[in-house]
Amino acid sequence: MPSLLSPAEIDALRLSLEIAARSVLWSLPLAVFVAWALTRTSFPGRTLVDAFVHLPLVLPPVAVGYVLLLVFGLNAPFGRWLYDSFGMQLAFTKAGAALATAVMTFPLLVRAIRIALEGVDSGLEAAARTLGAGPFDRFATITLPLMLPGILAGAVTAFAAALGEFGAIITFVSNIPGETRTLPLALYTAIQSPDGDAMALRLAGLSFILGLGGLVLSEILARGVRRRLGR
Amino acid sequence: MLRVDLDKRRTGFSLKVAFEAPTPGVVALFGRSGCGKSTTIDLIAGLLEPDTGRVEVDGTRLVDTAGGVSVKAEARRVGYVFQDSRLFPHRSVEGNLRYGQKRARGVEQRISFDDIVSLLGLGCLLQRRPNQLSGGERQRVALGRALLSQPRLLLLDEPLASLDAARREEVFPYLEALRDRLSIPMIFVSHQFDEVLRLATHVVVLSEGKVAAQGSPAEISLAPALRSIVGPDAVGAVVDGVITAVDDEKKLAELRLAGGTLRVSVRDISGARDAADVVGSRVRVQLLARDVILATEAPRGLSVRNAIEGVVDEITADDGDAALVRVDIGGATVLSRVTSAAVDALQLRRGMPLWVLVKAVSLRGHAFTARASSPAS
Repeated sequence: MPSLLSPAEIDALRLSLEIAARSVLWSLPLAVFVAWALTRTSFPGRTLVDAFVHLPLVLPPVAVGYVLLLVFGLNAPFGRWLYDSFGMQLAFTKAGAALATAVMTFPLLVRAIRIALEGVDSGLEAAARTLGAGPFDRFATITLPLMLPGILAGAVTAFAAALGEFGAIITFVSNIPGETRTLPLALYTAIQSPDGDAMALRLAGLSFILGLGGLVLSEILARGVRRRLGR
Repeated sequence: MLRVDLDKRRTGFSLKVAFEAPTPGVVALFGRSGCGKSTTIDLIAGLLEPDTGRVEVDGTRLVDTAGGVSVKAEARRVGYVFQDSRLFPHRSVEGNLRYGQKRARGVEQRISFDDIVSLLGLGCLLQRRPNQLSGGERQRVALGRALLSQPRLLLLDEPLASLDAARREEVFPYLEALRDRLSIPMIFVSHQFDEVLRLATHVVVLSEGKVAAQGSPAEISLAPALRSIVGPDAVGAVVDGVITAVDDEKKLAELRLAGGTLRVSVRDISGARDAADVVGSRVRVQLLARDVILATEAPRGLSVRNAIEGVVDEITADDGDAALVRVDIGGATVLSRVTSAAVDALQLRRGMPLWVLVKAVSLRGHAFTARASSPAS
C-alpha cells in the first residue's frame, strides 16, 4: 500500500492496530471476571463496582487521561514506584496508550460479556453440577464455551472502538510520532497542519473502513452465537 | 433404605418433609404445584441447603446438619432429570451422555454406555445436537445422561410434564424399564396420579410443604388427603395382584388379588408386551370409586365380569349427595361411591356382607416385573 499511504500514515495505522490489540487482550480476562462477578455473584458494594466500571462511558476522556497521569505519571508516587522497581514507564509510552485505551473500552467489553453470560441458562450449570462438575470445571466446560462467541463479538466491538480512542491517549501519553501517534491523533495533527488536507481525508476514510469492518464482523460473530445455541 | 428428613424456611413458605422408603424402589412425591415437591428434591440433590435435617441413602449421609455433614452437590452422585431436560446445547447427544460418565471415573461403572444407549433407544441420535431432538427424545437423553453419572439415587422432577400425551406414552415405558431392570432408587415428582400409580412403590403426598400422607400406592389410594388433590372422580382403591391366567381368546386376563379374582382386558395392561408374556406378572389396577357397583345379593344375568364378595368396613359422606363406602374384600379394600339414597335403600351398614361389581373394561392395569414391591406380596 505504499502508493496509497505515506510512511507516517502506515506508522499510525500499525500503531493503532497494535495498541488496540494489546488493550483488548490485556483487559479481556479481567473483563470476563468482572462480568461474571457482576452477573453470578452478589457481594456488598456490587452496585458501586458496577457504576465504577461504567464510569469511562460518561466521563470526558480527557478527565480519564488526566487521572491516569495523576496515578501513573513519573512524578506520581505509584508511577515512580513502578519505574524504580520494575523499570516500567507508562506515561508517554505505547504501553501507556494501551492502558488508556483499555480503561476507555472496558465498559463496552464488560457489557458485551455480561449479555453473553446472561444468555447462558444457569440451569445448565446446575445440571453440570449434579453430573459431578465442580465450579472451575463447570465454568470451563459449560459457561465459557457457551459465552465464547459473545466474548469474541464483544472483543471485536471493543477493538473497533479502541482504534478511535483520542482524548485519554493524548492527555496521558501525548502525541509522539511512532510511539503514541495513533490514527485519530495523526488525523488531528494533519487537520492542524496547513497542507494536511489530503492526509486528513485519507486517514478519516481509513478510520471509517476499520470501524465499519469491525462492527460488521462483530454482528456476524453475534449471529454465530445464536446459531450455536440453536435459537 | 432411603431416609429423608428436611426443614427449610423461606419467606412466605416453609417446608417440613420426612419419609423413609426401602431401596431400590420408586418414591413418588405427589401434590399440587407449589406444595414443595421441587424444593424437596433440590434439597436432596444439594442444589439447596436445608435449615436442618438429613438425607441418607443406603447408609451414606449426603447431608446431616446435626452431624455437620454436607456433601457438595457435585460430589453427591445424585442423578437429576429436570423437567426442561437441560441438555448442553453445544454438545452432541453423545457428548451430553458422556459428560457425567467422565466425571464418575473413580466409582464402579455399574451402568455402561452401550447398555444405556440400547435401553433408551438412543443409537440413532448420538451425533445429533439437542436442538435437533423432539421433546420425548430430549428427556430420554437427559435420563441416560443422569444414569451414566453412576448415581446412587435418581431424582426425576416431573420428567413428563413438558410433553403431550403421545410423547408421554413414548417415554413412560423407558421409565418402567429403568425401575424394573436397574436397581437404582428413584424419587419421582409428579402432580398426575396415574403416573404415580404406574411407577411408584412408595407414595409421599405433599400439601403446603408438609407430608399429608405416605405409604404404598394401595394405602395412599384410600387416604382422605388424596381426595382433596385429585378430586372426587379420580378417587379409587388401588389393588395389586398377579395375573394367573389368560382366556382362550387372549383377551381377558385373570388377576388374582388377596381376596378374589378380577378380570382385566389384556389390551388395557400397560407394560405387558403380549398376552403370553402377561401371565405371572404383577399388575396394579385402580378401581375408580365411581365405577364400583354394590349389590346385596349374588348378581345374575349381568354383563359385569367382576363380582367379588366383601364386607362393608366404613361409610363416609362424600361430596354432594354421595357416600363413599369402604368394602373389605379380604386383605384388600375397595372404595365405592354411591348416592346417599342408595345407602338408605340397601340399608348399608358396617359389617354387612355384599358383592362388589366392576366392569372389566373400566380397569386399567399397570404391569410391574422384576423389582416391584407391592404390599400384597
